[in-house]
Formats: sequence, C-alpha cells, structure tokens
Amino acid sequence: MAARLAQRPGPRASLVIRDVRVLDPVAGIDEVRDLVVRDGVVGGSPDGLDEIDGSGLVAVPGFVDPHVHLRVPGREDLETVATGSLAGAAGGFVAIVAMPNTKPVVDNAAIIESLLEQAATDAVIPTGFYAAITRGQKGAELTEHAELAQLGAVGFSDDGFPVSDASVMRRALQYQRMVGLPLVLHEEDARLSAGGVAHEGPVASRLGLAGIPAVSEAVAVARDAALAAFEDGRIHICHVSAAATVDEVRAAKARGVSITAEVSPHHLALTDEAVASLDPSRHKMNPPLRAESDRQALIAALIDGTIDCVATDHAPHAADEKEVPFEEAPFGVIGLETAFAACHTHLVRTGLMPLELLVRRMGADAARVVDLPQPSLADGSPADIALIDLDAPVVVGGDGHRSKSSNSAFAGDELFGRIRLTIAAGQIAWRDT
Amino acid sequence: MARRRSLISVTDLSRDDIERVLALGDRFAEVMDRDLKKVPTLRGRTVINLFVEASTRTATSFELAGKRLSADVVNVKGSGSSMDKGETLKDTVITLSSYLPDVIVIRHASAGACRLAQRHSDAAIVNAGDGKGEHPTQTLLDLYTIRREVGPLDGLHIAFVGDVAHSRVARSGAVGFALMGAKVSFIGPPTLIPRDAGRAFGVDVSHDVRDIADADIVYVLRMQLERMGPGGFVPSLREYAATFGINHARLREGQRVMHAGPVNRGVEISGELADDPLALIERQAANGMVVRMAVLYDLLAAPAGAVELGQALGAVA
Repeated sequence: MAARLAQRPGPRASLVIRDVRVLDPVAGIDEVRDLVVRDGVVGGSPDGLDEIDGSGLVAVPGFVDPHVHLRVPGREDLETVATGSLAGAAGGFVAIVAMPNTKPVVDNAAIIESLLEQAATDAVIPTGFYAAITRGQKGAELTEHAELAQLGAVGFSDDGFPVSDASVMRRALQYQRMVGLPLVLHEEDARLSAGGVAHEGPVASRLGLAGIPAVSEAVAVARDAALAAFEDGRIHICHVSAAATVDEVRAAKARGVSITAEVSPHHLALTDEAVASLDPSRHKMNPPLRAESDRQALIAALIDGTIDCVATDHAPHAADEKEVPFEEAPFGVIGLETAFAACHTHLVRTGLMPLELLVRRMGADAARVVDLPQPSLADGSPADIALIDLDAPVVVGGDGHRSKSSNSAFAGDELFGRIRLTIAAGQIAWRDT
Repeated sequence: MARRRSLISVTDLSRDDIERVLALGDRFAEVMDRDLKKVPTLRGRTVINLFVEASTRTATSFELAGKRLSADVVNVKGSGSSMDKGETLKDTVITLSSYLPDVIVIRHASAGACRLAQRHSDAAIVNAGDGKGEHPTQTLLDLYTIRREVGPLDGLHIAFVGDVAHSRVARSGAVGFALMGAKVSFIGPPTLIPRDAGRAFGVDVSHDVRDIADADIVYVLRMQLERMGPGGFVPSLREYAATFGINHARLREGQRVMHAGPVNRGVEISGELADDPLALIERQAANGMVVRMAVLYDLLAAPAGAVELGQALGAVA
C-alpha cells in the first residue's frame, strides 16, 4: 500500500531543548528536563547539538488533525497544500488529513495520486487525503474504494454532503470489511437542515434566520450507528455539535458499536449567541454554533471520551465570499493556527479540562480515529513535537495568517498558548520568530 | 466623515428613542394636513433608497418622505441596476457611498444585509426590511398608529396571528411593542411559529385561534408564500384560512385589526374585514410616510441641531 501521508523532503532536525517541561500523557512522561532530537528521532546524546532554551515552555507530542480542507484541487486561491500545511505547522500540528469536497471531487485514482505527489513536494508536515465515499459526492455510487485505498487514501468521506441514501451507506460499510479504512461521516439530514444557516434556537428565531435543528445531526448519527452495528462496520463522526448527538454516540459506544467522534474548537468555545453579530466570516459554519447546553455536553463528552478527539474542520473562504449578507455566505471557518490556543484558553485555563487530557485528545486520540501513527515523545520515536509557551498571548490575525484565508471564528480575540516550534516527522516545520 | 447613527434593529432603540420619533411623527402629520406638503428641513441632504426586494408601501413612503423633507432622493432598484450584472451588495453599497449620501435606506431579501452595509458605508443605514430579519420602521409606524387610533401602549395586548416564522414585522413588532409596555402573544400553527419563539421574545404562544379573545389588537400576519418554498408549512391555504383566517365572526366587540400589507384576501384575513374601518390597514399605510419622515429627520437633523424643528417645518416658499 502506498504511503498514506506525504511530506516534502528536508533536513532531519538535530537539537536539544533545555529545561523544558516534557509532557506526553500517553507515554506517562511529565518532567522538566532536556529533550533531545537527533537526526529527526527523539532521544540520544545532546553533545554538539544546537540548543533551544525551553525554560517556562512545554513540549508535547504534536497534534493531528483528521479534518481539514486544503481546497486543492480547484480553489488554490483559498488554500494550497503549502499554505494549509504551514498553517498546521504554525498551530503545532504534525499531521493533517484533507477532505475530498474539492473541484473536482477527489473520487478517482488520478486525483489522489496527484495530491500525494503535491504533498511530497509542498507539505511542510505530513499530509494525507480522504477520497469521496461516492462518485462526485453525489451519494449514489461508491467510488473505487479498494483501488483508492491501495493508492494511499486515509479513509473515505462525503464531508459537506451527507450520504442520504441508507442503502448506499450500507454498501460502503459492507465494502469496508474488505478495504478496512475508516468512513468519516458528515452527519446531517439534509431535508431537516434545508435552507438553514444557524442553530435552530432562540437566537435564530430572534434574528429571523432559518434554523438547522440539532435533531438533524442526531437522527443521521442514529441511523449510521445502527447500520454500522448491523454490518459490523466502523464509523467516525465528524464535528459533533449537539448534545442530542453526544447522546447517540454514547449510546452506540455502550452497545459496542465501532464508532468514534470529533469536535471542533469553535464548538467547544463558542455558542449561537455569537451569531447575533451576523458576521458570517466568523460565525457561519456547518454544523452551526449551538446552545450553551450543547457546548457543555460537548466538553463533558470530550472529557469522558464519548468524543474521542478535537478536529478543526479548517475551512478557508475568500473574504469576498464571506462579505455578503449572513444568509448568503458559504459555511466554514479556518482553525489550524488557533486550535490549541482556543481550546487551551477556553477549556484548560478555565479549569474545565486538564492540559494533559487536551494534549491527548489533540494528538494520540486524533491519530487513532483514522489509524495514523500516534505522535510520542518516548525515546526512539520519530520527532513529532510542539513546543508551546502556554502563557504567551496570541491576538488572532494580529500578525496575519499562514493560511491563505482569514475567516477565523476567533478573529481579533486574545488567546493564550503560542506555538514556538513544531517538529513534524523529524523536520523543523515551524519556528515562531 | 464621521459614521452616522443608523436604524437597523428595534433592539438598538430605547423607549426614549421611540417616544422622540413618535412625537416627531405628530409634528410631520400636521404638515401633511397643509395644502403645501413640502418642508425645507433636509434641503441639501441626500437619501438613497436601495430596494433589492420588491416593495410598494415602504419604497413609496420612503421616497415621498425624503422628497417632502426637500432631500435629494435617488431610488435604486435591484433589477435594472448593476446588481442584475452580479454586482455584490457590498460593492453596490461602496459605490453608492462614494456619492456621499447622508442616508442609505435598504430593502433586501437576506437578514443581515443592513449590518453588512453598515460595515462598508459612512452613511446612516436605515433598514427597510431585511429578509425574515427586521423591519423597524414598520414597528415605529405601527406604534404611531396604535397610539393615535387605540391609545397608549401600556397594558395593551397585541396578538400576532399566523406566519410568525417568516415575518420581520412580527420579529421587530414583538420587541418594540413590549418595550413600550404592551403584552405580545403569537398565535398560529406550530409549523409557522419557531419552536423557541416564546423564549426568544418572552411572549405567550398559542396554537388556538380562539385565544385572540384576550387581545386588544389582532395583528394579522401575511402568509409569506414567496418565502416558504415547496414542502408546505400548512397542508393547504384553505385549511389555514379555516383554522386561523381572521374574519368578523372570530372577533369580539372592541377589538381592532392590523396588517402590514400586502393582504392575501381570503387567506389570513377576509376581504370584508380588510375593508372594514375597524381594520387599521389603510391608517398604517398613511402613517408610514410621516413616521419615515420622522426617522429621516431624527437621524439627520435632530442631534446636530442644525435646523430648529419649528423653523424647519416652515413650508417651502
């Protein structure tokens, strides 16, 4: 099978970070000491290596994002493999996986091969790609899952266009028994959501915005959990936004269904009250920002493991596309550069969640849900490291964005947690200057 | 040029703001009783009416309001303008703003259009209806009409009946009427009242048309067929008319009826009732102009005090 992640070639990092808090909850490490990277591998002798002062900083296994949009092929004006992967590196990520809802859709061998070739020349961190579940993401016929898997697809997703026909989803689950890759599902009943632009609730009622009800997500998860159970398949639920969905995932896990789930930083940090701004660049995304009770349920689920990991759903859009009335704007916000700082500021600094757990949910757990290697600081591991100044403030967008787009839900906010250095698969991918 | 005050949402208004505009409305109503209905108040000011969505009442009354105040008034329609060629609202607003208007009045099919315009213009933005969002000048003219025809708002009960979900009239009205001391309720089928409307607006919600009995004013909402699309919020207009249509038989003595127009006769309101003087529909339309004069005056002349109102109301020689 072809490599599932690709990265541009570069020099192997060799350096020692002095007096740093080395924190790897999976490996059971939490101590202040020197962290050595030699020839791109953790550990070994510090003799003769370049030194970085790590005092006051924390080094953690780098983050993994199983859900980004790099907009290639087709919308290179919004993002490219180079800019998107650099945005990831700037956010402490050491691996990202891009969704296939591009123009054209990633639904055949030629496109997945060309994307992996691009990543092998342009990606500053290991970058992978999903292929579509169905041709053209039209929900009717399966793509060639076996061949696409052979060529290196990380998994299959019709992100943005939920598979509405249950029989098609069932076939994909049946075929998965042979192919083995995860099915990564955007869960939404398109009819229930039709026309909606914001969470159906008091805020949308007041503003006169058509609602996307929470139940639209929950019923889709309930259906696919039942299908996965019936076919003994395995599904990963994208961007859970509603308490009702958390209930469905929790119940499915309790029944023994192979189901994992992710949640985005903006759903963990913000609610639909923010939509009163009517600024689509910051606050229009799908699924929408929901009620405070939903946010609390998401946080609780991320803590207890019902939701396995954080994923950004990094979705670049041009300023022009977003500078239209709220109802007419496209869905989506960027998130790679702010993911850690947003979660750290809104969850860890507020005392809702320990740092160790956030590091696990953004790293090892995020890798696990789509079968990627789990970043580790144990000696002998490939160097996948994020070096963070937890107390350093970041004004979002204050010094521009590494992404080509700037549609951040946190634009202008002060967040805490600056990524000083990112080493991805042994290469220095980001250095804060 | 300093950014001007705008009128985008009723939620931006205080009780004092509303009292001030209603009082101005009374003064301008006196002018309308004169033979010569034009005053020099806003001479030299420019008002652009940007109407991207269809309108008769609001467009005409804003145009006449500006002209009777002697402002230079320019009307731009969605069709026949560069928006037909795909120019975005933002670019249109920037272009119009480059002519340095004092006010841009906007009617648009999308909620949030006026907030967007405000981010790209130094002119005062007046919301003349943005999709399902808000219609603040409608609420002001409704308040003005209720004051004159019924009495003080304090303690009055106003029941909105029908298609609350698609109604910017109800959305702005519920906030404005409550602010002035009235009790507001929503009555209609569950498919046409947002689930959270009771909580969102702090109003009672009923699905039984007989509950209009408690109301002093029955505010009939238009069935907004153009915003509903396929799929059917009600099984049929016939059933809707039978279950929620307002007619003489459903009213009790002393109740007054309002409707922001245009009326679907025989659907939400019977033709006979629409034509009966106990329905204030024609008064609402007539008052629309003086209240819009008051709004333009309040935004442009009042705070700066450039022209004393008494002097301003002298007829154009």
